[in-house]
Amino acid sequence: MTHASAAPSILVPPAEAAADRLRVALVGNPNSGKTAMFNALTGARQKVANYAGVTVERKEGRILSPGGRTTVVLDLPGTYSLRARSPDEVVTRDAVLGRLAGEVPPDVVICVADATNLRLVLRLALELKAVGRPTVLALNMIDIAQRQGLDIDTDRLSAELGMPVVGTVATRRRGISELVTAVEARADAEAAAGRSNLGEHGWTEPSAAEIRHLHREAERILKACVRPPRRPDTWTGRMDDVLLHPVWGIGILLTVLFLMFQAVFTGAKPVMDLITAGFDALSALVAQGLPDGLLRSLICKGVIAGVGSVVVFLPQILILFLFIILLEDVGYMARAAFLLDRIMGGAGLHGRAFIPLLSSFACAIPGIMATRVIDNRRDRLTTILVAPLMTCSARIPVYTLIVSAFVPARQVLGGLSLQGLVFFGLYATGMLSALIVAWAVRKVFWRSASEPFLMELPSYKVPDPANVLRNVALRGHIFLRRAGTTILSMMVLIWFLCTVPGPPVGAAGPAIDYSFAGVIGHAIEPLLAPIGFSWQMSVALIPGMAAREVAVGALGTVYAVSGGEEASGVLGASLAHQWSLASALAFLAWYVFAPQCASTLAVVKRETNSWRWPIIMFGYMTGLAYVAAFVVYHTAVALGAG
Amino acid sequence: MKSSPDPSLPLPSDPPIGVAVDGLVSLADGRRGLRGTIATVGAPTLENATLQSDELERRLLEMGFVEGARVEILHEGFIGRDPICVRLDDMRVALRRREARNVMVRRDANS
Ligand SMILES: Nc1nc2c(ncn2[C@@H]2O[C@H](COP(=O)(O)OP(=O)(O)OP(=O)(O)O)[C@@H](O)[C@H]2O)c(=O)[nH]1
Ligand SMILES: [Mg+2]
Repeated sequence: MTHASAAPSILVPPAEAAADRLRVALVGNPNSGKTAMFNALTGARQKVANYAGVTVERKEGRILSPGGRTTVVLDLPGTYSLRARSPDEVVTRDAVLGRLAGEVPPDVVICVADATNLRLVLRLALELKAVGRPTVLALNMIDIAQRQGLDIDTDRLSAELGMPVVGTVATRRRGISELVTAVEARADAEAAAGRSNLGEHGWTEPSAAEIRHLHREAERILKACVRPPRRPDTWTGRMDDVLLHPVWGIGILLTVLFLMFQAVFTGAKPVMDLITAGFDALSALVAQGLPDGLLRSLICKGVIAGVGSVVVFLPQILILFLFIILLEDVGYMARAAFLLDRIMGGAGLHGRAFIPLLSSFACAIPGIMATRVIDNRRDRLTTILVAPLMTCSARIPVYTLIVSAFVPARQVLGGLSLQGLVFFGLYATGMLSALIVAWAVRKVFWRSASEPFLMELPSYKVPDPANVLRNVALRGHIFLRRAGTTILSMMVLIWFLCTVPGPPVGAAGPAIDYSFAGVIGHAIEPLLAPIGFSWQMSVALIPGMAAREVAVGALGTVYAVSGGEEASGVLGASLAHQWSLASALAFLAWYVFAPQCASTLAVVKRETNSWRWPIIMFGYMTGLAYVAAFVVYHTAVALGAG
Repeated sequence: MKSSPDPSLPLPSDPPIGVAVDGLVSLADGRRGLRGTIATVGAPTLENATLQSDELERRLLEMGFVEGARVEILHEGFIGRDPICVRLDDMRVALRRREARNVMVRRDANS
């Protein structure tokens, strides 16, 4: 091959070499449909939702056109201008200008525009043109524009902007092949003209005067090419009259959150019982089929009792995500941020912190990533520090298990389940402590004035059922995959620690006392005894660091092994038998605060680029957890629940 | 928390912010239902000296708060009527009154 590499320019003309691997970037205002477009182009499944700031990183995908040409597509965070202010917008600016390390600038930029809201994106398109990037304008959401009777003179628009304009419906994959054709033609024209895409063409941050100038130009183009809609969307205004009402709006927001957690707790019950029964039957079947011994113990007590006790919570996870995805797709998230801004601001949080915090109900990791939309570093750090206090879905198994075992299944206040109320209370405690900690962080670490809060409120959209189902299924898949990998392997490890070594001959106590788990548990018990934890609980906490829900599986295995051959599949019942109410409440209190998740700490390290913040997070959360569990345990004991 | 005044900021001889000048009203002082046209954006004040006022001006401009744009206050928050939700030409934008301070509006005759 030395021959070819010695004279590549003779064998492959440079223009063609570049054309073979076309690089395209998707740039546009937030919420204009860039990720939907990316998914349509590449067949990827990146997250699409109806609020600004969904995408916070650059994502790469590939299109293989019929001609055998490979196009690399970059999905980028939305922005109003190249003058980036928050970390996500910096990614977009650097990708467009080719400042990312080891990366050439894109050959063609697809400027994705919401056809119903063109004013700001036209200015961005002019900015892109000024940078010298060959640009193609995708007039996305043309379906909505047509429904509203919006008249857009695309030929004129194309002439005014000096770039091809293609109408698209990203979510329905309409206009995608026309777009690809236009992009390729644009790239070929560039290559033929012998222009290189390197360099920044002397881009500098526009001044206020320059922004005004470009805006006037955009305004002129808009007037020339677009006539106002004949049937404007009146639904958004009418819904906002109710949903943003100072009194009704807050009431509805609280009701929605309350219903969400009630539904998670009570709605999933029947299916969960079914899954439990299924695992019990499976366990019985295996027990019949296998001879007594280590293998049977591993499968029944390690794998089935452990993994089964986590998989049971799948229905709850699905219900929670169904709610969150519906709220995101309808366009409610930005409204909730508006309604809660003052309360969050009182705690010193940035107005945009609401969306990362709400994402943290699913998992703190995407929540922490979503803080990239916050421009001010300190505001962003505060939000990162409190995000893990929001009750993530991995806590659901722990909460559900203990609440159903210890809180009587009664109806209170005319039909509300008491268990559901306690469950909601745990969520509320998490949210409230996030606000208090945020407030304290600002008092202790920094005392700066807060940053501006400017946020576009998207039009409401009817969620696409297929999209919602696909996303819920995706979350279910992720949960099951975790159960099959992290949780399964932790379960096998725990089973091993619980059974090995076996008890010495003639041992008096239960066999598990002699196992590694027993030894470890007894060793750390003194540390946790003041907060009312037994050694079994202490053992369950350690693997719980890998993933919170593992604690439930670990308890399942510990009690299955220590319960001997007749171990019942109903973990809750055996907990109710073995734990005092005070210990159970202390365990809940611990779980509200404890930093029981190694991946969260790793993401904080990555996002803040230092070990300092994960260490601070670990320290303050452990401290809070210990104090909270201590107070809860001793209060409960004093009240006679010991 | 007051930081020392920036020498580049205007002298106190400027008209006090929030008081109508030539029939203009600051968007920050508008109530629900206020409708009008944006007259000026970004007269810097000492109040938001933390963020370079030029920076705030550019952010407002980039969001579409430019001279000549139509605004209407659609909704107000429930604590201290803050933040506000405005219709800005054909978009909807939420912002805090503090940020709206520098946006002066010529109100319509009937609003
Ligand atoms: N009706 C219709 N809806 C669309 C179309 N394209 C996108 N959407 C919807 O618009 C919303 C925003 O889409 P995204 O792809 O997440 O937008 P984005 O530009 O990636 O947003 P950020 O990542 O936040 O910058 C979602 O609710 C989509 O379902 C379209 O062509 N027609
Ligand atoms: Mg996106």
